[in-house]
Amino acid sequence: MNPMNYVYLSAMLFSIGAAGVLLRRNAIVVFMCVELMLNATNLAFVTFARMQGNLDGQVIAFFVMVVAACEVVVGLAIIVTIFRTRRSASVDGANLLKY
Amino acid sequence: MTTPLTMSATLLAAATDTGTGEAVTFWLLGPLAVLASVGMLLSKKAVHSALLLAMTMLCLAVLYLAQDAPFLGVVQVVVYTGAVMMLFLFVLMLVGVDSGDSLVETLRGQRVAALVAAFGFGALLILGLGDTIVSNEGLEQANADGNVVGLANLIFSRYVFAFEVTSALLITAALGAMVLAHRERHVKPLTQRELSVQRFRGGQHPAPLPSPGVFASHNAVDTPALLPDGTPAETSVSRVLVARGDVRRVPGTLPPAELEKRDDEA
Repeated sequence: MNPMNYVYLSAMLFSIGAAGVLLRRNAIVVFMCVELMLNATNLAFVTFARMQGNLDGQVIAFFVMVVAACEVVVGLAIIVTIFRTRRSASVDGANLLKY
Repeated sequence: MTTPLTMSATLLAAATDTGTGEAVTFWLLGPLAVLASVGMLLSKKAVHSALLLAMTMLCLAVLYLAQDAPFLGVVQVVVYTGAVMMLFLFVLMLVGVDSGDSLVETLRGQRVAALVAAFGFGALLILGLGDTIVSNEGLEQANADGNVVGLANLIFSRYVFAFEVTSALLITAALGAMVLAHRERHVKPLTQRELSVQRFRGGQHPAPLPSPGVFASHNAVDTPALLPDGTPAETSVSRVLVARGDVRRVPGTLPPAELEKRDDEA
């Protein structure tokens, strides 16, 4: 098996995640799709590390994971705050900056 | 007799070939990951999406393990399926299971356009990658002292500045989450008397809501009570059960549509 198959899988998962971000209305599901896209890039990085024979790709995947964890914490806090004021988690609902 | 071209092709194939065990792992888990993520995209309930995403992440963790990245595989399980997905499930619990997706299209043709864009993007990416010449060096040399030692050597030498910046980012994120989740009380809390007045002035249901139905065959909370005219009392079952579609029809009664038809005929 060619290791490029991993990269193809990563591209497919990334496209599915992008479709989810564009299609879904629920802010939490949109967020999950962003997570899927980040995971897909991580798979590509790990595969590139293996193809090149050094660990730099794995280190970058590790940093992506850390940044994704931060992003989840702040993003979910924002979603909860919006839900508290607007009683809805739909991305269509939050079209005003205030109130 | 082999021509030089086919010989070089077979050489390349031998250089980039992975083991059979890895191929089996990939062809089992790759389609599973794609199916789970498509299911996440299509499932109506956010909880199902979360569980399917966890499944995709577990598949990816095994694929990391198969690719000589044991540290990342374990971190994927602990951080993603452990911490991040639990955080998602907690927030779903806070926001409520009945926060379903609205199916109204606000922009005309947006759904079709989004699907076309995603398909086109994926096709471009995969076709563009199709012609690349691949090397497969393998990580035996880099992982000679163990994967964790190799990663630590890199993180604490070449990437040490990025590592330090990451710690600042983590602290900022924790602070930001605390600031966003903290709620300042702007008005003083209502007393019991004020709450009572509000309840009666509001014109809502001042008494407790009706209890669910008790029948010979069912007396669980998912069975609505019957009103004097034979229709089920909507307020007697929990809002959450209605949102989940778990409400039982009272046995021996007609569904609402049939009742309406009978009223029209009468």
